[in-house]
Amino acid sequence: MAARDIHGIEAPWTEFKVVGKSHRKIDGMAKATGEAVYADDIQLPGMLHAKTLRSPHAHAKIVSIDTSKAEALPGVHAVITGKDMPIQYGVIPWTPDETALAVDKVRFIGDEVAAVAAIDEDTANAALELIEVVYEELHAYMDPRESLERDEPQIHPNRKNNNVSKHVELEFGDVDGARKASDVVVEGHYEFHGSTHTAIEPHCAVAKVSPEGVLTIWSATQISHYVHRALARVLEWEPQKIRVIQPCIGGAFGGKSDPFSLEFCVAKLSQLTGRPVKMLWTREEVFYAHRGRHPMSLDYTTSATKDGKITGVDAKILIDGGSYSSFGLVTTYYSGQLLTGPYDFPSYRYDSTRVFTNKPPCGPKRGHGSVQPRFAFECQLDEVAEKLGMDPIEIRRKNFHGEHTKTVNGQRITSSGFMECLDKVEKGSGWTERRGKLPFGRGLGVAGSMYISGTNYPIYPNEMPQAGIQLKVDRSGLVTVFSGANDIGQGSNSVVRYIVAEELGMDAADVRVIAADSDLCPVDLGAYSSRVTFMVGNATIDAARKLRKKIVTALAEKWEVPEARVRLIEGRAIDLEDTERSIPSREAFEIAEARFDTLGSTGAYNTPTLGGDYRGGTIGASPAYSFTAHIVEVDVDEETGRITVPKVWCAHDCGRALNPRLVAGQIEGSVYMGIAETLLEDHKVNRFGLHSGPSLLDYRIPTAIDTPEIEAYIVESLDPEGPYGAKEAGEGPLHSAIPALANAVYDAVGIRLRELPFTPAKVLKALREKREQESKAGGAAAAMDRHLGTH
Amino acid sequence: MRVLTLDVNGDRLETAAPDHWTLLEVLRYKLGLTGSKQGCDKGDCGACTVLVDGKPVLACLTLAAEAVGSKVTTIEGLRPAHLEGGGTGVDPVQDAFDRCGALQCGFCQPGMMLTARALLNENPNPDRTEIQKALSGNLCRCTGYTQILEAVETAIAESTESEPPRPAWTQDHPHVREDAL
Ligand code: FES
Ligand code: FES
Repeated sequence: MAARDIHGIEAPWTEFKVVGKSHRKIDGMAKATGEAVYADDIQLPGMLHAKTLRSPHAHAKIVSIDTSKAEALPGVHAVITGKDMPIQYGVIPWTPDETALAVDKVRFIGDEVAAVAAIDEDTANAALELIEVVYEELHAYMDPRESLERDEPQIHPNRKNNNVSKHVELEFGDVDGARKASDVVVEGHYEFHGSTHTAIEPHCAVAKVSPEGVLTIWSATQISHYVHRALARVLEWEPQKIRVIQPCIGGAFGGKSDPFSLEFCVAKLSQLTGRPVKMLWTREEVFYAHRGRHPMSLDYTTSATKDGKITGVDAKILIDGGSYSSFGLVTTYYSGQLLTGPYDFPSYRYDSTRVFTNKPPCGPKRGHGSVQPRFAFECQLDEVAEKLGMDPIEIRRKNFHGEHTKTVNGQRITSSGFMECLDKVEKGSGWTERRGKLPFGRGLGVAGSMYISGTNYPIYPNEMPQAGIQLKVDRSGLVTVFSGANDIGQGSNSVVRYIVAEELGMDAADVRVIAADSDLCPVDLGAYSSRVTFMVGNATIDAARKLRKKIVTALAEKWEVPEARVRLIEGRAIDLEDTERSIPSREAFEIAEARFDTLGSTGAYNTPTLGGDYRGGTIGASPAYSFTAHIVEVDVDEETGRITVPKVWCAHDCGRALNPRLVAGQIEGSVYMGIAETLLEDHKVNRFGLHSGPSLLDYRIPTAIDTPEIEAYIVESLDPEGPYGAKEAGEGPLHSAIPALANAVYDAVGIRLRELPFTPAKVLKALREKREQESKAGGAAAAMDRHLGTH
Repeated sequence: MRVLTLDVNGDRLETAAPDHWTLLEVLRYKLGLTGSKQGCDKGDCGACTVLVDGKPVLACLTLAAEAVGSKVTTIEGLRPAHLEGGGTGVDPVQDAFDRCGALQCGFCQPGMMLTARALLNENPNPDRTEIQKALSGNLCRCTGYTQILEAVETAIAESTESEPPRPAWTQDHPHVREDAL
């Protein structure tokens, strides 16, 4: 199949004017000058400030709450508790197990119990101290294995499978048979730790309720639409009386993709007080709100033939979900569904169980659910290669599943530039010349991965489009785009601008984008699962082409020429065969408006029917997959156990790069985040459920000094269904950074690290064990030699 | 409560705030200069960085009262100062950050750009290690710092009329230097 035609069949040209070039971002200057408005920058007249009282216990019943003293404090305007909003919600409609504030019980240290609105934050904080809560402590689960075995007390009562949040078991092909028939088998246990997003902007929401009962909420969310739905449900408010606006957002990475307690609280408090209310979480609160990477215990077995062909992969995964479901249903599926590329697995089985514990709830962090299994599998592939004496890049090439194929679990693969990704990093890193020739302590490791560009699973079942766009054309020559998508810094509003400018032949500066305001914009489902560029991009092309059609038709009629002769380009409309005939876009719009009435158009995108024919087969079924290859260079200090990463080469197949610089930024940011969680970050709670370091300093996110040099390569496989062939770039390039680093450590010092993060203590322990083993083996060999009298 | 007279971006401004309020709080919530960001409120992230007498300072750890008598520069002050100095557009640091794609979510960037501005004022031609060091108090979660470093080096290249950095990906995308906007 050819890559998607770039301008539609009727277009008489084939070259891009805007797309594919590194334009500035639409909001770059606003951000550069401090003009951009983020949630906490909003100040409304008479606004109150709200604060949350949180549970000091990891698991407890709430016996009573007395708010009377807090209410009596001068300056306090309202106090609310769980009974004010008892309706349960959850981002996945099948698992609504959260409430805005705790009802009856608390499930982790930090669980929200009450909220206060006061004239300022100091007064609100003082009021929190006056709320008297009597708890009855319950046994707290800190180890997911215990949650699996023990049923009482149940973290979420009345669930039929005790403390299990979700269990998925699927087998494709004959895994056991493949194993028996194989020449090499690698088995291993891997531990993947939790990590969190730490967007630099803490969560913040502002609400106001008009006398007519219209709630307007500004929230730092990446899923406005689901927040809208959750607010309507919990507040029992008609959805048309709710307006959700996402202002500029200071990073998200999945950490702002659930509806959060603060959104409900500011709405309720504003309703009760008749005044605008703001709540800004502290950094510590953000650490507890979490929704980050799930810790996973992974048992993997990979079987292969002696020429390096994978024959089967068998996985058993225990997932620590923390205290609530969040996206857990999807996480559990993703932990298995997304591993089946870029390699061909003739057989595959996974058995994933997500359990509840009394820790901060886990959720989606960049590379949701699939980063952990990718680590385990890519490490095993390295071991298979080693056993067979194969080059680790070669074994990856050998198992590549190709383009336009189907994976063992029924995922449709369209374009894939994986082989080119491998070529690029191989060449860039000097793999062939350097690998194996570096001094002891230095090493190179490789890994590959794939990721989705959105999925056809729309979270709540419906037949409507997943993305929508609306265009309005102005007589001034301005085109305004209304986009429901959440721009979280990745640049979705910019992409929308580039596409409209491309399609309508405009100067990109004359395209303005109004986004993520539910009163103004059509629905988009949100910035998650790397769906935005693909889906919103396609919706934008759809809308722009409908509009272009009108303009071209009107001009062709007016000029009495065939439509094919009319071209919109660089701010003008021209007659291709009579270049004297050339008018500015503005005049073209006027002619079209005179011909057709007020100009506008809508566009939409929905995925084709995809996925395997089995329960869960649509989860992880994406219209297009991105592919990545990493090579990481490490330096392992044998004395201190410290691993440093001087350089990372990452090649990512994002289909067509609509703006190469923004793609490079996504690759670099992903690589950085992957290396950070491999070496430094650890979202750990102690046995009481207290976070081990809920500050940016203690959590150790890397600085400009700690971050490796990153060489990004963009591979463009041109997907047949992506907008101009584009696919995702924001999450894929994180995955293989982690196993590539692990494999590099093996190359450097001969130890296989299977437990993340790779702290100096773990490195030293593994080195010691290796030395002991070697001296034992050496001793045994010497003894054998003596015995045999070889000397 | 305390009445404060502050010199912010060249303006003499009078305001009143509780004694314990930080410079960041006064700038953001009293003076409406919300360009300075709060990422942690405890000195870890650098998002609140402003220049006090030309030196980068964490506004979340500075009492507003301490800034009395000093010249405070916030991100809002860069462009006007650049224009006043006879320049056009925005400060070259701001421009380079925008062009190099450094502004992803942008939340860390006011602090980052002010730190970079202070560095370049002191040392117009720092090498990469010096830039990394200078920026190491400013955390960014989006960019992996790569395009930030590229931006600072681009600003330097412009002022020293030398070659700007060329990352690997630009070799396959030669057209990317067409900054059409
Ligand atoms: S807000 Fe000042 S250092 Fe983070
Ligand atoms: S651009 Fe988002 S934190 Fe730096």
